[in-house]
Amino acid sequence: MEAEVAADVKTRTAKRKRSALFRSEMRWGYLFIAPPFIGVAVFTLYPLLNSLYMSLTNFNFGQPAAFIGLDNYKRALADDPLVWKTLWNTFYAALGVPLGMIVALGAALLLDRKLRGRNFFRMLFFLPTICSVVALAMVWRWIFNADYGLLNYYLGVIGIDAPAWLIDQTWAMPAMIIQGIWGGIGVSIIMYLAALGNVPTSLYEAATVDGANAWQKFIHITVPGISPVTFFILITSLIGALQDFPRFQLLTGGGPNYSTTTIVYYLYTVAFQYSEMGYASALAWFLGVIIMTIIVLNFAFSKRWVHYN
Amino acid sequence: MSTIAAGLGKRKAAQRLVDLAAYVLLGIGGIIMAVPFLWMLATSLKPDGELYSYPPEWIGSRLAWENYRIIFEEAHLIRGFFNTMIVVVPTLVIGLFVCAMAAYAFAKLRFPGRDKLFLVLIGTMVVPGAVMMIPAFIMFKTFGWTDSWKPLMIPGMFGAPIVIFFLRQFIKTLPDELEDAAKIDGMSPPGIFLRIVIPLTKPALITQGILSFNAGYNDYLGPLIYLNSPERYTLQLELASFSSYYVTEWTLVMAGAVVALIPTLVLFAFAQRFFIEGIALTGIKA
Repeated sequence: MEAEVAADVKTRTAKRKRSALFRSEMRWGYLFIAPPFIGVAVFTLYPLLNSLYMSLTNFNFGQPAAFIGLDNYKRALADDPLVWKTLWNTFYAALGVPLGMIVALGAALLLDRKLRGRNFFRMLFFLPTICSVVALAMVWRWIFNADYGLLNYYLGVIGIDAPAWLIDQTWAMPAMIIQGIWGGIGVSIIMYLAALGNVPTSLYEAATVDGANAWQKFIHITVPGISPVTFFILITSLIGALQDFPRFQLLTGGGPNYSTTTIVYYLYTVAFQYSEMGYASALAWFLGVIIMTIIVLNFAFSKRWVHYN
Repeated sequence: MSTIAAGLGKRKAAQRLVDLAAYVLLGIGGIIMAVPFLWMLATSLKPDGELYSYPPEWIGSRLAWENYRIIFEEAHLIRGFFNTMIVVVPTLVIGLFVCAMAAYAFAKLRFPGRDKLFLVLIGTMVVPGAVMMIPAFIMFKTFGWTDSWKPLMIPGMFGAPIVIFFLRQFIKTLPDELEDAAKIDGMSPPGIFLRIVIPLTKPALITQGILSFNAGYNDYLGPLIYLNSPERYTLQLELASFSSYYVTEWTLVMAGAVVALIPTLVLFAFAQRFFIEGIALTGIKA
């Protein structure tokens, strides 16, 4: 009896202690996660909602903003050909994503052969991704130079009459795509290398026993095996490509004749050169909706080709 | 017996041939990757007047080191470098600490709604950065923060969801026993965080610190949007404005590019592992 009471008291104090401890842990928990939530509320959600309102006005910092309803959106969709042109340019530039992924997978397959010196090559491929976009843009502008550029000299040596690249309306975007692949494959290679290492070797051994050749193994084992990473790279690179712009500003200034002005570059011009903040806000929301739509479509479509085990 | 040996030999020979082909392809790829960097360096060391030699010369009649002296005189690279450090380092240190705190809470502390709140925080990452450019600018301008470093510094001090995500993954793998022992000794969450979690999380903190430092050092868009006064320019902005002014003076522009890359290359030389680990982990686990 006494022992029972004693035990009861013990558990009760233990409980009380535990709940005090729990409450303290809870308080600290909320306190610890507060800063990022404050940051997101102040620096993301508030400006985002504020700009949704701004997109319905003709705000330009100068005079008080007048409410103009959906006029900015109407202008973007119906009256401003540059919106569609720059959107087209953006998708054109995004061709670099699948092209770059193919190159990256090829390089990763070579590096996966555990050759001597593979770390050196891996480092070399990775190097541009950590370098300043300003410095890289400067050297590529020099390489693409129509008259004295290194590229056209070597193309001339092998008998190719090369275009004027950055100052040629037709060739400026292909040049930007080449530069983009060069500058961006490093990350994809590293991810592909990790993914290739995770494909179970037992699958390859079984296929060898069944008499599969290298190509069959690649198509039926490697490609499905790395499909989650392919999907991840596709999504992240696409999101990046749709927002790409600093290197365009530095290499071509968006020209010639808007042929390399991406939608974000256009947005930037509208906001900071024409100071039309209301219209720029509308364009930003328009772009946001497009990016979200593409992400959602990709996720929906991914069930058909991405295999999670 | 001999046929088996011959078969093996044949396979080995074939294997060697494939390896050779792989080397050739990697070599071509490697040259394509390296040439822009080498050409940058080569151009930066060319004497004035030999720039437009055609066919292009990799090495001029002499190494024109004076190009480097000239750009340090013409462009405020040192001022730009220190401005960058002022912008990047405090933001990085405070931001990383805040992220680690939140990551610890999400990984180990128990409180109602924890996992849902984490998902909400991660969910905010879907807002594309380019979409935020204008709204954020409008807000900072109404704050009176334009042409100051504040818009480049203050938001980062509240932490970044992606970093919290990465650190949480890491802290989750730490054994609970150490923490439980500390709890029995009466240590409170801040004590556990400072004395146990932070020291054990060092590798992940270093990885994230290096990645954030490099991203901050290379940032061009932020300074471009917010800074107007040349004396506040960061290194990248200084370099860009210098090169748009001296457009055709390629020797000087390339010397500037080399100087701007040196800190990154030094960091990469010493911390290659962290760069690659950081990329591979955030990639695979996301």
